[in-house]
Amino acid sequence: MSTAVDMPRFVRAKQVDALPPPNLARGPIAWVRENLFSGPFNTILTLVVFYLLYVTVPPLVKFLFIDAVWSGSDRAACRADSGGSEAGACWAFIFDKINYFIYGSYTISERWRVNIFFALLAIGVAWLLWLKAPRRDLGAVYFFWIFPVLSYILLTGGNADLGARFWLGFAIFAALVIALFAFAAAILKTSMRPALIMGGGIVAVIGITLALVDIDFGLAHVPTSLWGGILVTLLVATVGIVVSLPFGIVLALGRRSKLPIVRMASVIFIEFVRGVPLITVLIMANTMLPLFLPGDITVDRLLRPLIGTALFASAYMAEVVRGGLQAMPKGQYEGAMSLGLNYPQMMTLIILPQALRIVIPGIVNTFIGLFKDTSLVAIVGIFDLVKTIEASRIDPAWAAPTIGITGYAFAALFYFVFCFGMSRYSLGVERRLAAGQKR
Amino acid sequence: MQTVVSQTSPPQKSFLYDPKVRGIFYQVVLVAAIVFLFYVAATNAIENLQRAKIASGFGFLNNTAGFDISQTLIQFSAAGGTYGDAFIVGLLNTLLVSVIGIFFTTILGFTIGIARLSKNWMVAKVAMVYVEVLRNIPLLVQLLFWYIAVLGTLPQPRNSLEMGAGFYLNSRGLFMAKPLYASDAWVLLAALVIGLVGTFVYRHWARKQQEQTGRQYPVGKVTLALVLGLPILTWIVLALVGANPISFELPRKGTFNLTGGMQILPEFVALLLGLVTYTAAFIAEVVRAGILAVSKGQSEAAGSLGLTPGQTLRLVVIPQAMRVIVPPLTSQYLNLTKNSSLAVAIGYPDLVQVFMGTVLNQTGQAIEVVVITMGVYLTISLLTSFIMNVYNRRVAIVER
Repeated sequence: MSTAVDMPRFVRAKQVDALPPPNLARGPIAWVRENLFSGPFNTILTLVVFYLLYVTVPPLVKFLFIDAVWSGSDRAACRADSGGSEAGACWAFIFDKINYFIYGSYTISERWRVNIFFALLAIGVAWLLWLKAPRRDLGAVYFFWIFPVLSYILLTGGNADLGARFWLGFAIFAALVIALFAFAAAILKTSMRPALIMGGGIVAVIGITLALVDIDFGLAHVPTSLWGGILVTLLVATVGIVVSLPFGIVLALGRRSKLPIVRMASVIFIEFVRGVPLITVLIMANTMLPLFLPGDITVDRLLRPLIGTALFASAYMAEVVRGGLQAMPKGQYEGAMSLGLNYPQMMTLIILPQALRIVIPGIVNTFIGLFKDTSLVAIVGIFDLVKTIEASRIDPAWAAPTIGITGYAFAALFYFVFCFGMSRYSLGVERRLAAGQKR
Repeated sequence: MQTVVSQTSPPQKSFLYDPKVRGIFYQVVLVAAIVFLFYVAATNAIENLQRAKIASGFGFLNNTAGFDISQTLIQFSAAGGTYGDAFIVGLLNTLLVSVIGIFFTTILGFTIGIARLSKNWMVAKVAMVYVEVLRNIPLLVQLLFWYIAVLGTLPQPRNSLEMGAGFYLNSRGLFMAKPLYASDAWVLLAALVIGLVGTFVYRHWARKQQEQTGRQYPVGKVTLALVLGLPILTWIVLALVGANPISFELPRKGTFNLTGGMQILPEFVALLLGLVTYTAAFIAEVVRAGILAVSKGQSEAAGSLGLTPGQTLRLVVIPQAMRVIVPPLTSQYLNLTKNSSLAVAIGYPDLVQVFMGTVLNQTGQAIEVVVITMGVYLTISLLTSFIMNVYNRRVAIVER
């Protein structure tokens, strides 16, 4: 034990001077030094970014706000040669045309119907997307059945005037469907009641839908050729989501099915649609759909791209849903089967509620893509927002150099607000779902 | 209470409850429905085509097209070109813009993706704003914006912007010097090929050496010297002996127009700009996710082994991140290729614009044209995913 002796004898006699306090470890200056100027490379980067911002942001702000023309009734306001200012954006053009951008050429006295459609859409979307909303199952019924029927009646005017012969045909069809269900129940030796309820339910849903469409509510008919602007953009997107979600689920189940032909048909459809650009699908719907139908049936020009986008979105939706189905642990399937549930019961009661919940972010992302893709219907001549801007841009009453750029800036702003909002929502849901998984 | 379950013969089950029988039944119904659908469509189509007096079959590909295309990579004229030639012209234009677009968007996308993870607050935020803005605006609006709002403001040819070094910019596009290859230009090409082969051999040798002896050889510098240096040196030598393998034809400014030189269509520039900036935003997110997927312990372990930050990034982080990045990157490349079909909105003569637009309108043979066009995109899609799968298999984790 001689360590104490071996140690050099040194005991400090004087207090050492305290080190200088750290050079601002907190506060804005320290933050700037830490995050922007922490080294020569970082300093150069920061300066380069500052220069880029200096080059881009002030001119942009100047163009969009400071030099912009906010009021005016025709091109004179936005042309230098007629005393206006043409250095900035011509927002007066947007204000002047805003009704055209929202409703297209929809009959002016009937535009309240479009407003109701927007309100119904907002209710449906809020009901489905707000995770704490009451009775979200009713919300689904509303969004996938009541809302489409109401919208159809509101927007077109309803009053399809199907005629007595049609209803006679429908009665025969209804009797056949119910008889088919009763027959199936009879040969399968199951009880008759559920079969009759199911058959009757299908008949009732179709019948009520047709009856509503048939009734004359006294609304004037507005042909689809007059529809336009944001109305059509939202309509294409809505039809896309209303059709693609159920159809996508069916396709996803088909792709995961054990039956080889069902699986193959689903895979071929999904991979084919995902392998080609949307614009080719739209052109196909536009040119080939009339060919495939009997000559005396004409397909509405707005309906063709609606079918195209809906089918296109379904394939992408199917892949998202498949991801959710694959993420379900096998125990869930086995548990459901051990309880004696059959395939439809297992899917609707156990698997899909869980699987769909975890793919909500994916569904919303697909929907963002669909929403952006609705702009492509402009290429096949449908007057959506982009097309109405295209049409207004060349209006001689508003011929000014800044009109084009202002119009597209408006379109960009519109799409950005919607898509950015949806992406924030999907991020929020993702965080919420992840919170449940944390231990 | 006695609950004796008597084990008698198994309950008589109807074969209708056999899952196999039911499966067959459902599939038969599905097949019948599909066949019926196709049958109805086909009979209607035949009837409609006969009524409209449209010939069917692919014979129209040999008919004279009779229209001009503004950008052709092969010889094509309105008088001599057939619809088949027009198809090839459109296809080549699609491939051209896709390949160049993929090249630039990869660079831009990786830069922005890495910038989003930068410790520099400013850089990260600017990159984030870029991604959010570009991702949330439809590509079509962006394309129209580039084409009409930006390139549409360019001056008339007579007031062309002179950018020096033979570059002119006006409303008809970007004009630049056109290289003219003399007969001895093959020497340069040969030098380039030798440089590439040499690089390949050298890298192989350097890796072998490192595995055996642990010594590292300067790979980057030698690559640069071989690939760039060798052709330049050859050029200088050729120039010294009096040969001139490549000369440049500069665009000349006339009274109304520029003549000579190489012209790049404004449509091409707008399409390329739109595709590159749009897809780069998506690639940036893919890259960011990939880098974040490499756990922090990996870079810490690399640091404790004494690797420099640069080496850590190059040898440890990127090879592992690539595994996560490649599959979604592939689908972004495919998206870019498919999105190039939006060219039709601004009039760049790609496959859809030329073939599904002009040819379809002139011949009316909707089914054939749609089938061919979709077939091309499907082939490109499947081919790309095949190649990328091969690559993916190479970089995937090799387990025992």
